[in-house]
Amino acid sequence: MALRRFDLEAGGDSFAFKPETEPTIAFWLGKYPQDKKRSAVIPMLWLAQKDNEGWLSEPAMREVADRLEMPYIRVYEVATFYTMFRLQPVGKHHIQLCGTTPCMLRGANDLKEVCQKNIGKPMSVTDDGRLSWEEVECLGACANAPMVQINDYYYEDLTPESLTEILAKLQNGAEVKPGTFVDRLNSAPEGGATTLLEGDLYDGSRNAVSELPNLPKDAPAEPEPAPAPEKKTTLIKDSKPAPKAEDKPEMVEVAVGEEDDLKRIKGIGPVNEKALNELGIYKFSQIAAWTPANVDWVEDFMSFPGRIEREDWIAQAETLAGGEETDFSKRVDAGEVESSKDEGEA
Amino acid sequence: MSDDLFKLNIDGQEVEVPRSYTLMQACEEAGAEIPRFCYHERLSVAGNCRMCLVQWHGAPKPIASCAQTVGDMRMNPDGTPPNISTKGDYVEKARNGVMEFLLINHPLDCPICDQGGECDLQDQAVAYGRADSRYELNKRAVEDKNMGPLVKTIMTRCIQCTRCVRFAAEVAGVEEIGMISRGESAEITTYLEESLTSELSGNVIDLCPVGALTSKPYAFNARPWELRKTESVDVMDALGSNIRVDAKGDAVMRIMPVINEEVNEEWLSDKSRFIWDGLARQRLDTPYVRKDGKLTAVDWGEAFDAAKSALAAPAEKIGFVAGDLIEVEQAKAALDLARALGVQNTDCRPAGASYGADGVRERYIFNPTLLGVEEADALLLIGTNPRKEAAVWNARIRKAWLWNDLKVGVIGEAADLTYDYEHLGDGPDALKGLFSRDSEIAEALRNAEKPMIIVGESVLAREDGQAVLAAAHDYALEIQAIKEDWAGFGVLHSAAGRVGALDTGFVPGEGGADTAAILSGDMDTIVLLGADEVDLSTTGNATVIYVGSHGDAGASKADIILPAAAYTEMAATYVNTEGRVQMTRRAVQPKGEAREGWAIFRALSDVVGKTLLYDSADALRETLREANPVFAGLGFAPGDAGVDALKEKIPGGDTGVGNGALTAAIDDFYLTNPIARASKTMAECSLQKQGLETPMAAE
Repeated sequence: MALRRFDLEAGGDSFAFKPETEPTIAFWLGKYPQDKKRSAVIPMLWLAQKDNEGWLSEPAMREVADRLEMPYIRVYEVATFYTMFRLQPVGKHHIQLCGTTPCMLRGANDLKEVCQKNIGKPMSVTDDGRLSWEEVECLGACANAPMVQINDYYYEDLTPESLTEILAKLQNGAEVKPGTFVDRLNSAPEGGATTLLEGDLYDGSRNAVSELPNLPKDAPAEPEPAPAPEKKTTLIKDSKPAPKAEDKPEMVEVAVGEEDDLKRIKGIGPVNEKALNELGIYKFSQIAAWTPANVDWVEDFMSFPGRIEREDWIAQAETLAGGEETDFSKRVDAGEVESSKDEGEA
Repeated sequence: MSDDLFKLNIDGQEVEVPRSYTLMQACEEAGAEIPRFCYHERLSVAGNCRMCLVQWHGAPKPIASCAQTVGDMRMNPDGTPPNISTKGDYVEKARNGVMEFLLINHPLDCPICDQGGECDLQDQAVAYGRADSRYELNKRAVEDKNMGPLVKTIMTRCIQCTRCVRFAAEVAGVEEIGMISRGESAEITTYLEESLTSELSGNVIDLCPVGALTSKPYAFNARPWELRKTESVDVMDALGSNIRVDAKGDAVMRIMPVINEEVNEEWLSDKSRFIWDGLARQRLDTPYVRKDGKLTAVDWGEAFDAAKSALAAPAEKIGFVAGDLIEVEQAKAALDLARALGVQNTDCRPAGASYGADGVRERYIFNPTLLGVEEADALLLIGTNPRKEAAVWNARIRKAWLWNDLKVGVIGEAADLTYDYEHLGDGPDALKGLFSRDSEIAEALRNAEKPMIIVGESVLAREDGQAVLAAAHDYALEIQAIKEDWAGFGVLHSAAGRVGALDTGFVPGEGGADTAAILSGDMDTIVLLGADEVDLSTTGNATVIYVGSHGDAGASKADIILPAAAYTEMAATYVNTEGRVQMTRRAVQPKGEAREGWAIFRALSDVVGKTLLYDSADALRETLREANPVFAGLGFAPGDAGVDALKEKIPGGDTGVGNGALTAAIDDFYLTNPIARASKTMAECSLQKQGLETPMAAE
């Protein structure tokens, strides 16, 4: 690894993030507490590099430091530590050529020669400003060796010929589709699959239950289900008897559009609302009229013992049935409560 | 075994140490010596040099003892304390391996390296290094970096211990040094090779275990074994930092800090460290008398004759003004001579100051002690910028702020002090109603167990100086900063000689004039005792006798110059801002004809026929001790011994404080006294600093 220094001359005096980058910056800064915002230094440097034609200039680094309230030297340390931050100008298409063992064994050295010939020395930029290249350590696409990364995309299974063609196209301003450059799908075998070719592997027929070959002939095919363990309800203190069927709250029928928005009650979200509607509960007045026995029944039915009382649905329902507002319903009406929105609305 | 102690078996010896200890500290407790490069007691642990490896029997690998906390270790499977070996083949082999790697890229330039003879790497290579190298490839070379006029860099020698990086970030509080790149390319540098802006930057030279960071002014001047080392006391600020003066022949070659936990820990400000070239420049090495408007070198006899006739003026027309660097002995001898002549016009304070005349020592010293800030929980600085006036103590404030959660408030200049503080106002009127003010620091001070109120000495030279002092003291009483075991009120001086001179009583006598009055043009004869920091433009036709070591403002104004020894050339008493009495030692002989200050006045007293009663420095000190018992105790600060005197209100509060901004006492940190102004190194630093600050001021 050669010495890495800022190209101060090419960096000029100033740098500004592009306005469209600001939301992304806000996203990254939002991930960390205000007094620990220096944690965002790597993403910020990365964004600065993106906004500065693919390399990190000294003013760009200072801008990042200023935004994160970090001493310059601390950001400088990070920027020079990671080779993904390039401290001198690169071409419009910057080629990162993997030279680590698997790629090297598969011909990366030949690709290097192509780059040398067509572009020049590593980190030098062609006269038209379109191309530059450098050798990098493993990019993690060994199954598709040898490969290069051009800006954000991988170009895989290259040969000197295909790379020469890619470079020529990029130099002429043409687009080159990323991915593999031989006849294969992603990392699948070249020329198509060579194993697992039987059609019935995929038609579902293999899923059918068949006779297990190693079972004794007279044994039952299916083992009998183990008896369910008895519920030891007697051990639980204060256990309530199961609610009786007659405690089920009364159902009403309402016309479409006349039902209340039960989600304005704190504790009722879209799921609970649907369940209540299926029980025939549509109005606040219905909930307000629930007897304790009704409450037990509903809690048992919806499997959340104690919640109705804890969240005080009945009092909320009384208030809302009377046409008044609760603090929670105000927030729901203002759209501030995410969990009270209908699906798809968010 | 108690909860907070942990037993270890180190080299067959059982020791019990606190759980918070590192294994290295435990090993040292057991008497073992652990080599190290990156570890330093006053810095955070980095654990990157690996030189301190020891063997923990049962552990799969050698352990870096500096980074292993004892409390995190576990017992042997049979419940016996863990066995550690700091010697033996295993440890030896591990350290040999580390040393071989450290030396792979280290140049073999010890013969031309300034660190030679006091180099940790050199010393430890003797114990752990190979005689030859097995490395056949090219060695790595690193470009040298610019770090300013004080620190010379030869970066190929760097072993990346990062002590300098940690010092800058943690102690100095300026994050300016860092390690860039990585692996083999890693380099220590400042940001884009800008100069260090810290007042403590010279300490990285001491910290550097190899010759990568060395002293630029000292480069190629001497070898450590040629130097005569004399422990002494620094006079560049009022802290009285303990120093070691290294001299060769009759020249001071360098100044190094000496550890004194209560004063300077082991740091030294750049001014104290690099002043030494000023001791050889612009020196007054022979008496001068102005003849026909021109200063002419004469012998002592002629100079004394001239002084005698000047001192024949009426006593009320003679004034003595003591300067910032005056030692106690000279002050005492000069004062005794003045009183013998009937002169009451004596003053050692800056023009305008009126404090200290009441003789209550606690009202002008730094009672809470410098170390006290580490106990304090809230600190209020009034009209002082400790970064410039007491740079080493400022590092201690930063330390307390960093580790003890000390809250700091500032009234006065809102400078960069390297720690966060609340700025309460520019002028002393901010003290009004501070007690009930709704602010974080006011509340912290109110509720503090040990609050500290510090007034800068420069405040006291203001017209409302006494009122500010009284108001600050009232506030200290209000928040109960003064209690039985805590004297939380003090004055931070910036002149090394001031407290000592005040202790001798060098203030106007009965009906005597103060500095401003002496210098206002009414006098016939003015004796300046190294007084260069006062305004000498209005002395009129007075005959000026200048006693001092350097040809500076005072000497250029003088009619008679009596050359005196500088602080490295005499055994002299200095009292630091805390009231700590310390002695310098003679490291080199005084320049040329120069004599110790007290001896000049003793001789002069003979000439004018008022012979002083002491013939030797010892006899003089005996007189001093009789006159003021504080001189009897060397080396300690009175601290809370003075709480009773402090409990009394300071008079003068009723005149009311003004609202003028408290301005900085020190404009240019590097040029505060005649020795510094004679120093080329300090001049370079000053220019450098201006160069740094000018563009910012233009913005």
